[in-house]
Amino acid sequence: MKPDHPTVATQPRSPSSPPPGGATTSPAAVEVHNASLVYQTADTPVKALSNIDLRIGEGEFVSLIGPSGCGKTTLLRVIADLEHITEGTVRVNGISPHDARLARAYGYVFQAPALFPWRTVLGNVMLPLQIQGGDKAQNRGTALAHLERVGLKGFEGKYPWQLSGGMQQRVSIARALAFEPKILMMDEPFGALDEITRDRLNEQLQQLWQRERRTVVFVTHSIAEAVYLSTRIVVMSPRPGRIVKVIESPLPDERHLGLRDTQAFMDVAHEVREALADGHLE
Amino acid sequence: MATLSKPPAASQVSPPGYRKVKHVPSAGSKLRTVGEHGGLASRMWVSGVPVAVVMVVLLLSWYGAAWAMNASAAVERVLTPAGNPFTWQDVLSTTLNMERPVLPAPHQIALDFWSSLVDWPLDSPRNLLFHVAVTGETTLVGFVLGTLLGLVLAVAIVHSRTLDRALLPWIVASQTVPVLAIAPIVLVILGSLGMEGLAPKAVIAMYLSFFPVTVAMVQGLRSPQVIETEMMHTYAATRWQALWLLRLPAALPFLFPALRVGIAASLVGAMVAELPTGATAGLGARLLTGSYYGNTLAIWSALVMSALLGLLLTTWVAATEHFALRHRRQP
Repeated sequence: MKPDHPTVATQPRSPSSPPPGGATTSPAAVEVHNASLVYQTADTPVKALSNIDLRIGEGEFVSLIGPSGCGKTTLLRVIADLEHITEGTVRVNGISPHDARLARAYGYVFQAPALFPWRTVLGNVMLPLQIQGGDKAQNRGTALAHLERVGLKGFEGKYPWQLSGGMQQRVSIARALAFEPKILMMDEPFGALDEITRDRLNEQLQQLWQRERRTVVFVTHSIAEAVYLSTRIVVMSPRPGRIVKVIESPLPDERHLGLRDTQAFMDVAHEVREALADGHLE
Repeated sequence: MATLSKPPAASQVSPPGYRKVKHVPSAGSKLRTVGEHGGLASRMWVSGVPVAVVMVVLLLSWYGAAWAMNASAAVERVLTPAGNPFTWQDVLSTTLNMERPVLPAPHQIALDFWSSLVDWPLDSPRNLLFHVAVTGETTLVGFVLGTLLGLVLAVAIVHSRTLDRALLPWIVASQTVPVLAIAPIVLVILGSLGMEGLAPKAVIAMYLSFFPVTVAMVQGLRSPQVIETEMMHTYAATRWQALWLLRLPAALPFLFPALRVGIAASLVGAMVAELPTGATAGLGARLLTGSYYGNTLAIWSALVMSALLGLLLTTWVAATEHFALRHRRQP
């Protein structure tokens, strides 16, 4: 477990006001080079991803944003070894996605919580640890600690149906973090929640990232969410799925919800919106 | 009925007009209290009345039928040989108390049933509980074997496309052969292999009970959603871990209804298996000997007992289901 002192954890990064090239200085967590994915359909092949080049440094919070069909989820699934590219290379922590998955290098949060209804909250968080093996009592302690980190201390004995949608998604985040993966991948994790819950979870996710500086790859179609959370925003466009622009966020690392009303925030949001519109025009 | 009779009684006492208004809420509160501390009681009342009405109708028509079907035999075999003149009342009472009636009256069956339980020791073939033990044992062994076979087949089918295509048609076809036709063959073959007593009968019970389990478990093991399977994939879970931690628990709600059907089928198989062996013990054997000797009372008692055994077994499965799935229900 990483230390729980935000001030200490922030130190290495906060003095650096990373210039556009700042991300490249840290070792790469994810490297995608010239990757394409073509689906063979009955009539014409569909290019879901086209010549994707992307490098995600350790400790970055990168959002993939774009309209439906732009391949943002596909790209995330490729990195997570849930789908396979037909061309190019993908490296996760320097190894292939397949090996990275077997090495349990990442935790994946799906759009739905996908909690097992027959397991308690604690049992659900313990699931990946149980699959990994190891001492049961120790796993239990780890799972309890993770639940506390997402603010669900005291709910470990509940069953999923006894929790609200937002709490369920927090359980699924705790579960994804269970074996302390270096990378956290999230596929529109708050898409199904109401806006108020979504804001609160965004804030908590931001704080979690502040404390631990784990690499996060985050798929969303909400501009506000992407700008609020990310250190870098990757704007994508459909037909074929491609990256149209990568925006370095000038916002400070320490963020709160009030930041969304500042001019700096709105400028970034505007830039993202412009990039999305450009992608559509092309 | 009580709730229906109450409001008119109240309005009779009270003069019409404003007092009527006063009585409406009291009737309402009465209804509410019934609902409050007797959710179960009022539900039993509501569902119990129609059942009771049907039961009364059934009993009355049963007595009517018993009289109609036994009358000629009563006159021929009992009253005429006695030589005395007889009235219609004599005919009626004789038809309802004959020793070997075509259709015994309900009270005769009840008496025979009761006397078999209390008048004979447990190890006597005259005691129905002795037969229940024999048939129950076969049923349970067959049920357990059938469930295991069903589980193994379902797991194999779900994990292999080849087995799915190769096995499923045969499994379906196996159930189109009437059990009555296949039972003697199984008994002969297993008998020649030196299997006697419980084992061949349990095999036939198994033959009937594995099918619903297989079909339900194939469906249940395939019930997890893509997202759940992919999640296990991201944890680098093995096939067996995915089976044990995801597929099997997800299949439980599918399994239990199949077990209820399976245990009832197993009972049928156990009883059918007792027929061609000429077995002397078991409810099926009891039915057979009853029909050999024209002992209709024995047949009916054995029938009632097998119905009770079936009820007991399915209730047991249902209770297990209730316990196993207790955390999955929403209040």
